Amino acid sequence: MNLDRRQVLALGVGAAVMTAIGLPGVAVAAVGDVEKAIAEFTKGAEITTGKVVLSAPQIAENGNTVPIEVTVESEMTQASYVDAVMILAAGNPNPGVATFKFSPMSGEALASTRIRLAKTQDIIVIARMNDGSCYKDQKTVKVTIGGCGG
Amino acid sequence: MISRREFLQASAAATAILGSGAVGNWSALAAKQAITQDQLLDFDDYGNVTLVHITDIHAQVKPIYFREPSINLGVGGVVGKPPHVTGADMLKMFDLKPGTPEAYALTYEDFIGLSSAYGRMGGLDRVGTVLNSIRSTREDRMILLDGGDTWQGSYVANHTNGQDMVDIMNALRPDAMTSHWEFTLGEDRVQEIVDSLDFPFLGSNIFDKEWDEPAFEHTKMYERGGVKIAVVGQAFPYLPIANPGWMFPTYSFGIREDVLQDNVNAARADGADLVVVLSHNGFDVDRKLASRVTGIDVILTGHTHDALPEPVMVGKTMLIASGSNGKFVSRLDLNVQSGEVKGFKYRLIPIFSDVITPDKDVAAIIDGTRAPHEAELGRVLGRTESLLYRRGNFNGTFDDLICNALLEQREADIALSPGFRWGPTLVPGQDITVEDLFNSTAMSYPAAYRSEMDGKLIKDILEDVADNLFNPDPYYQQGGDMVRVGGMGYTIDISKQIGSRISNMTLLKDGSSIDPSKNYVVSGWASVNEETEGPAIWDVVEDHLAHHKTVSIEENKSVVVHGV
Repeated sequence: MNLDRRQVLALGVGAAVMTAIGLPGVAVAAVGDVEKAIAEFTKGAEITTGKVVLSAPQIAENGNTVPIEVTVESEMTQASYVDAVMILAAGNPNPGVATFKFSPMSGEALASTRIRLAKTQDIIVIARMNDGSCYKDQKTVKVTIGGCGG
Repeated sequence: MISRREFLQASAAATAILGSGAVGNWSALAAKQAITQDQLLDFDDYGNVTLVHITDIHAQVKPIYFREPSINLGVGGVVGKPPHVTGADMLKMFDLKPGTPEAYALTYEDFIGLSSAYGRMGGLDRVGTVLNSIRSTREDRMILLDGGDTWQGSYVANHTNGQDMVDIMNALRPDAMTSHWEFTLGEDRVQEIVDSLDFPFLGSNIFDKEWDEPAFEHTKMYERGGVKIAVVGQAFPYLPIANPGWMFPTYSFGIREDVLQDNVNAARADGADLVVVLSHNGFDVDRKLASRVTGIDVILTGHTHDALPEPVMVGKTMLIASGSNGKFVSRLDLNVQSGEVKGFKYRLIPIFSDVITPDKDVAAIIDGTRAPHEAELGRVLGRTESLLYRRGNFNGTFDDLICNALLEQREADIALSPGFRWGPTLVPGQDITVEDLFNSTAMSYPAAYRSEMDGKLIKDILEDVADNLFNPDPYYQQGGDMVRVGGMGYTIDISKQIGSRISNMTLLKDGSSIDPSKNYVVSGWASVNEETEGPAIWDVVEDHLAHHKTVSIEENKSVVVHGV
């Protein structure tokens, strides 16, 4: 993934390191890809809802660059902090978008970026805490052909 | 479908909580009796604040006919709830009698017959008279709010880049406005006009795309009758999707519920006793929003062109729907005490143009804006023997005229015409003038394209637009009606999901089924894509009328609707 200066700036205060997920390049994402990525990230921990909030538009203004933001509620202390947040675009040919790594030094767990969406699909975010517990949020972002409002 | 009794209970309960029982007195206007200006303006002043709302004028400065929809379907949780009631159902729900002025104003029932009895509606000089009347006793307690879609929709607005509307609206003295079609004048022109206005152009949800920062004022505080009033503006959320985003590349929109909540909270913290959202979200979006964003007393809705004679309550939030095309003005008197609405009185004032005397000053400004264009405005292009209307979820006869013009003049198999909700009505026997044609087509991206599309793409387009209208979650609705189709019939099941609503696509000229892999010649207009090529749609329709002189268009039966 190439990031220009503005996108890097847009990552926000809390983001420490962002890595693109290297999933095998397949033309169309199989459900298995998403499940596999989640299983690897959570290391089998049970996923609950809450703590992590994904902000995304209901309908993308431009599917090529959709702004999203993830925040995770956490003290961000040595005792309790967000270890990483994984973002998946379930309907993209390659669902892996990014994983943000955090540490107590991050201060807060907040990350924002812009992603490309091939079609209407669910964006899934999973936050992994330092104790291994995992939280999830997801939103449907619609990508339209556009044209007839008013 | 919600029964009249249930609806009354809901509305009566709200009324009881709020104290005053009055929600206008529509049925007091006696059936078929001559209406008088005094009757239309009659309103016993109430409380300490008066909100006056007008929206979606679409540059209709002169009186027009406007037939309300016969089909306006709700999906999800709002089936059969206002505004998704039409015709006789609407009369029953609001206890209105057929044949009365209010039945004519609010429904399509016997529209042709009643149009000759009650005449045209609207006219901003008549609106001026209504405002004068309200101001005569409530000047220091009143706020006038314009919900947007003001600067677009007529020949003169098109030729002056909206300047005629700016001048006329300035004479009506609004206290704030919000926006949608305004942006199709291009962002530089919007900025130029906004800089010239004496009142704010509010948009809590308009952000600078690059920096993700608020781009316009979001809230304006007023003090009226000792009450601190915050008005938060909400522009149409899906502007860059429903309209050409390349015309306003700097801005991003969206519903931005969290931003709105922050702005409402900030207004309360700043001492607002009353919080009003001046919205261009569309009614169903606002109904959902009212259930999720707290602290809003009144939402003045717009965009979907609904006219409702009573407020709709969502919890403690009151939703007002004031119609379109200058046909109505809403007056809402509120009794606000220690930061709470204790009671209200509401009237949706129908602007019967033959009954209300025009305000001379506003009329003079209107005449001035039209003077250089009068000859062209009145040029007759043809005549209609049937009712030509647009509003409704599926094809309207004015759109059929446009589609016929595209099919014939552009030699196409299939015509597509956007499901706009603006565009007034012509009654049988009326001449079709340049002004009439522009009232239904005037815009800044009118090119009538002609291109080949395969059957699959045509289906994808129909599915996409249908989901903008019938997605059960209002936040995914864009507020337009279904794309109008000429030369092709289809069946739609509105209860299905995207991808499976549309079936039985049939080419009307030979009765063949549309083949997903076969190419068809398609002509349409108002594409959001930059560099769309073709003659302006009004030229295409003018050529068509030059050939046919007189048109008569019966109701379109080529769309079959299921899942209602």
